[in-house]
Amino acid sequence: MNSQIAAILTMDGVATGAIYVLIALGFVLIFAVTRIIFVPFGDITTFTALTLADLEAKRLPGTASMIAVLAVVATLMQVTALLRAGAANGIPRALLYYLALPLIPVAIVSATAGTLLPAPLRILFTVVLILPLGPLLNRIVFWPIADASVLLLLIVSVALHFALVGMGLFFFGPEGVRTRGLVDFSAEIAGTVVSGETLLIIGSAAFFSLLLYLFFNFTLYGKALHATAMNRTGARLMGIRPQQSGTIAFLLGSLLAAASGVLIAPVDTLFYDSGFLIGLKAFVGAIIGGLVSFPVTAIGSVFIGVFESFAAFESSPFKEVIVFSILIPVLLWRSYSFVQPEDEADE
Amino acid sequence: MTSLLAIENVSVSYGKAEAVRDVSLAVERGQIVTVIGANGAGKTSLLTTAIGLLPCSGRILFEGHDVTTLDTESRIEMGFCLVPERRELFSRMSVEDNLRLGAHTRRDGPTAVKQSMAEVFGRFPRLKERRAQRAGTLSGGERQMLALGRALMAKPRLLMLDEPSLGLAPLITREIFHIIASLRDVGVSILLVEQNARAALETADFGYVMETGEIVHSGPSAALINDPRLIATYLGGNTSAKA
Amino acid sequence: MNARTTKLVAVAAVLALFAAPYYMAPFTITLLNYIGVYSFVALGLVLLTGIAGIVSFGQASFMGIAAYATAWSSALMGYSPWLGLVLAVVVTCTVAAIVGLATLRLQGHFLSLSTIAWGLALYYTFGNIAGLGAYNGIGSIPPVSIGAFRLADSGQIFYLIWGSLLLSFLAAHNLLDSRMGRAMRALRGGNTLVASLGINALHIRLATFVIAALLAALSGWLYAHMSRFVSPTPFDVTMSIVFLMMAMIGGSGYLLGALVGAALITLLKNWIQDILPLISPGSSGQLEIVVFSVLFIVFLQRARDGIVPYVAQWLPAPRQQKPLAAEAMPRRAQPEKGGVLMTVDAASRHFGGLVAVNNVSFDVHANEILALIGPNGAGKTTMFNLITGTLRASAGHIVFAGKDVTRASACAIARAGVARTFQHVKLRPRMSLIDNVLLGAYNRTRAGLFASALRLDRPEEYRARSEAIRQLERVGLGDRPYDLAGNLPLGNQRLLEIARALAADPVLLVLDEPAAGLRRQEKLKLTELLRTLRAEGLSILLVEHDMDFVMALVDRVVVMDFGCKLCEGAPEIVCADARVQEAYLGGVA
Repeated sequence: MNSQIAAILTMDGVATGAIYVLIALGFVLIFAVTRIIFVPFGDITTFTALTLADLEAKRLPGTASMIAVLAVVATLMQVTALLRAGAANGIPRALLYYLALPLIPVAIVSATAGTLLPAPLRILFTVVLILPLGPLLNRIVFWPIADASVLLLLIVSVALHFALVGMGLFFFGPEGVRTRGLVDFSAEIAGTVVSGETLLIIGSAAFFSLLLYLFFNFTLYGKALHATAMNRTGARLMGIRPQQSGTIAFLLGSLLAAASGVLIAPVDTLFYDSGFLIGLKAFVGAIIGGLVSFPVTAIGSVFIGVFESFAAFESSPFKEVIVFSILIPVLLWRSYSFVQPEDEADE
Repeated sequence: MTSLLAIENVSVSYGKAEAVRDVSLAVERGQIVTVIGANGAGKTSLLTTAIGLLPCSGRILFEGHDVTTLDTESRIEMGFCLVPERRELFSRMSVEDNLRLGAHTRRDGPTAVKQSMAEVFGRFPRLKERRAQRAGTLSGGERQMLALGRALMAKPRLLMLDEPSLGLAPLITREIFHIIASLRDVGVSILLVEQNARAALETADFGYVMETGEIVHSGPSAALINDPRLIATYLGGNTSAKA
Repeated sequence: MNARTTKLVAVAAVLALFAAPYYMAPFTITLLNYIGVYSFVALGLVLLTGIAGIVSFGQASFMGIAAYATAWSSALMGYSPWLGLVLAVVVTCTVAAIVGLATLRLQGHFLSLSTIAWGLALYYTFGNIAGLGAYNGIGSIPPVSIGAFRLADSGQIFYLIWGSLLLSFLAAHNLLDSRMGRAMRALRGGNTLVASLGINALHIRLATFVIAALLAALSGWLYAHMSRFVSPTPFDVTMSIVFLMMAMIGGSGYLLGALVGAALITLLKNWIQDILPLISPGSSGQLEIVVFSVLFIVFLQRARDGIVPYVAQWLPAPRQQKPLAAEAMPRRAQPEKGGVLMTVDAASRHFGGLVAVNNVSFDVHANEILALIGPNGAGKTTMFNLITGTLRASAGHIVFAGKDVTRASACAIARAGVARTFQHVKLRPRMSLIDNVLLGAYNRTRAGLFASALRLDRPEEYRARSEAIRQLERVGLGDRPYDLAGNLPLGNQRLLEIARALAADPVLLVLDEPAAGLRRQEKLKLTELLRTLRAEGLSILLVEHDMDFVMALVDRVVVMDFGCKLCEGAPEIVCADARVQEAYLGGVA
């Protein structure tokens, strides 16, 4: 391998890595507030890409029906819970947040799906359509068990992933998609040509990393959200509502997933089940950050992208084996610097 | 005049076991009320249900409003605070951040919050020395102080304390009880649950004695502290609150 | 239902089962075969996840390794399927041992994440090795033969599957009822307690892990020779989570849960495969997994503990009788009174910039009660952790019974004769009182995995149980030994910890605030007990804040403040010392 190839591989790796950064940031964000290791994150990314592709092809995306169904289920669950607690006056609010708000993008998209809208509008609609997915899944799947152990939440997460993959195949079909490019220009950096896409991806990754880092470490609101995961009872006694914190975390998470989906769609061909592998590799990056540090997560994810790039070049079919096997030493390393408090252990 | 806190015929059960059985008590404004009793008497369950973390039958009234079905966070917003037995600090955050989060429900602006923090550091100079340290690295007594300071940051009208002297050395126990007594002077009413009956009764105005989930005695603390039955069962061997 | 009825029902069920090929349709027999094969993996998961608390998303991979091993050896190489069995077991258990050594030091969700990692790595390895048929798999696997008799029919291999399954269940049941089983149960809840009892947590986890892999290997071998075809698909992460579902839905804390779960899921799968094409033709394949996942999620939300415990609550609880007195266990020789049992020499410990223990030296004499007192934050608990090996000293030496233990692990120090209790009580709340105490006696018993599985450990076990009862009676908890430890009030939990420490037959008893939370009467009884122990030759080191308790009981006192030793000596003298009054007692003797 000469330096020319190495440079290309590195650039490729950094670009892939930057996508992983966005997803890994999402993992850390959701875990830092809710203690949920949200395995289906990659699936939401994939759904975003598939949705965008559908809009490009002037088809009604399967996402619309998915969101509609989930909205109805969530609303029913919330209304039942309110009635049972004797708090029926909360019902109008529930209807607004769980039914009306998610259905607005569904209505808009359903109305306009047949026409080809300009690219920025397509992207906007995609993101707005996907946005309710996180909070709705949180309400339906995780709220009833929000104070369970991290392990149980992980098991539920894995089960949810399989449900989503199955739904993905059902709503989107088995074909792979790749959307049109977002930007047209390219630049030359260090002797290699770098596409505008790549620059956009790297820029977004850097932007979000910085934003989340500042938010969680320097704002009181960010600390309050983090406190919810650290000690749920303690947070409640401070008047911090864990359920609200969770919803916000999942909303932000949805946003990150949507952003990563929009950015990866023109660059890679995605299928309904691509989410798992992408998510898992990003996850290694999140573990490198100890599931707690945004900057280290960003660096780690880029590293994984580059590593995968070189591994694929050297021995393509085994690249998955290599990347997953890396997770184990990373876990071992991280467990030494991240001593789990005894009380967290599953009794 | 309505009591600040009124607990009426409250019962709490865990599955088949009844931890609290038909308990009624009241805390008036400007009072320190204590509930004493041995381990397992149900005192912690009583406080936990008063703040809303456990369901109960009966009624709980705060300043005349029925809060029995209200969620914990709303009760905190009303000025009703709890320092739980296990303290529930944010161990990975600094002392200062823990205190700031205590003021989460306040709406009176950052200057007022800063002022409160200065007051808390004034009461607990040890915390000021350790303000940037992680809460998890503090010793037992310092954690108690932090938990108390954090609750004070919310400017509560009623403060409930669950076993503030648990695991504390004699000297610090005295400090804590002095601080509790001084809180009354700044308008904080206190419901104090304690195993250390002597210190509790020396500090409080009114006392209740709880045994296996029920209130068995009550009265002004001056009377209880001289009651021969109590002396035999509860008052031997405890550290005094007086220097 | 008493023991006799339960046994009759069990025997009847087994007989009905073994007569099944004669009166059930062939399709039902095939279904039962699959249930049997899957039950092995589910049983392994009950031990691994339900008992030891290690959630594994990779058991299907072990099944795959075994299936491929025997497929390669019997279909591609032409050897006997029995050789395939040996190969399957050896290869799978070796891989499990390697993976286990690499990952079992991880805790909680990190460990589970690692199981996803190697599960996937193994799956992609199968799929990419051309010599093993890659994604097309290996076919034409010969059936198992016993002598000249080929088990080619589903009705024939039925007996092999269910016979070996029953034997496996028996072995697992015996294992859980032994010292190994208790050690496995004790793993849940953190390593500190386990190490302080002299139990090597990593060994126990590794043993459980390899046993679960062994069961998965048996499953894989039977699967290969039953369906006569292997490909990577039945061994991917999806299948692993289905196995996890089986164990959890059945009731992962119960052996029977494995069978119930496997049966339920297999029947459900079968039923769904019939119904879905009617509801939504053409897409039934992908909807199957959706239905399963949704059901699993609802189950985890509503009935986490599974079916067996739910049913079990309606059956009358088995009456547990107190074990009969058995021959007493051999005891350690206590050191002579007056000698020095332990020396702490200039011990220090710091955490980054914070010095928790600063150059502290003192001796513990044999057969004395020594109290360590001081304000909060003085470093008393840190000192205890240094002495018991839970933490390592940054400087200085600690010598116990003539041996330098400064660098020794908590496990080794426990085995040397130091037993401790904790400031925040550490017990296993879901285990009974007697089981908690028996954990203390772990190192006084010897039976290993095989002896326990074959039930050869009974004489030793009876002696241990008798000893445990004796210690429970000593601390006043002897009348209801089968109650769950979690139901005890705090004061009694502290007494339970002491009984557990005594069951270890220690030379030095290290007690961290034993009287905290006790009522006056209880404190008096505790004082009595500790005096009796001293009279029997035991040495005791304790931390306490109750000065009346300390004065009435101890021989000498060491006072710590800000990590340093302030003074030491007889209780009256120390308490009258002005520095101690100022720092700790607050001016009133």
